[in-house]
Amino acid sequence: MYKVAVMGDRDSVLGFRALGLDVFPCEEASEARKLLHQLAREDYAVVYITEQLSTLISQEIERYKDRMTPAVILIPGRSGSLGLGAGALQSAVERAVGADIL
Amino acid sequence: MASTTINPTRMELTRLKTRRTTAIRGHKLLKDKRDELMRQFLDIVRRNKELRQKVEEGLMEAHSAFTVASAVMSPEMLEQALSYPKQQVTLDMKLRNIMSVNVPQYTFHQSGDGAEIFPYGFAQTSGELDDALEALSGVFRDMLELAQVEKTMQLLAQEIEKTRRRVNALEYVMIPEYEKNIKYISMKLDENERSTTARLMKVKDMMLEEQVRKAEEKRRAREAQRENRA
Repeated sequence: MYKVAVMGDRDSVLGFRALGLDVFPCEEASEARKLLHQLAREDYAVVYITEQLSTLISQEIERYKDRMTPAVILIPGRSGSLGLGAGALQSAVERAVGADIL
Repeated sequence: MASTTINPTRMELTRLKTRRTTAIRGHKLLKDKRDELMRQFLDIVRRNKELRQKVEEGLMEAHSAFTVASAVMSPEMLEQALSYPKQQVTLDMKLRNIMSVNVPQYTFHQSGDGAEIFPYGFAQTSGELDDALEALSGVFRDMLELAQVEKTMQLLAQEIEKTRRRVNALEYVMIPEYEKNIKYISMKLDENERSTTARLMKVKDMMLEEQVRKAEEKRRAREAQRENRA
């Protein structure tokens, strides 16, 4: 049995708690880094992280890209989308094809 | 790898020829694998694009509803209302095999009765909060599929990159290298053979000359004897 986690600033993630997801409010880079590694060690299959927070720990997120768990997925926070999620898609295409074809 | 010395022997030639055949077969197989992976990958990328757009729109809607709700309610009340979820989400992960790449497939279970997502009484909360939660739970299903599709996309991208490198290495480095070495050995062997033939011809010539000379000497000796007797 796996669990689902949500990381991000308090305002953005609060609602997910009511859905029954495990919510970890977090705004600092060092704290987020630790938390992400800890979640990866536990049975979290999916970690949603707000784009705002992800900019602080992009290197750590990169590390989990090639692993089966967890899937680290960017979602827009309350202050709006930064276009990073779409950027991740583009970088995956670039990696596979060798050129940006979309 | 380029300038390791190779022995120009028949054994080496046979070995290289087998390796070249294997390399060519491997190259063809890997190329097919790459093409099929690519086809699957592009489908997934398209799906991912769609889902991401949907999820981002849905989430923005939910966020704006939350903003309204938090304007109406005090932060403490809001926090309190959401603190004790009625349901708990757990995931089941199965592995699916796409061209020998294992990708996850999630199915989620919600504990609790499922019909009622609001973990609070209606007396002390605003209707905006209900809207926000409803929007959020509506988008959650898509969010989960997005997670699955996005992870699949990442894993496939990694595999395609690896396969692409292998195909290129075989096509542009290994196979030409084998071709070159095979050519070198067969040239060398041919050259050896020609020089052996030439040497044999030369030896035969020399032997013939020797025989002719000896015969001549014998004849001269006999003639000299005959003259002496006469």
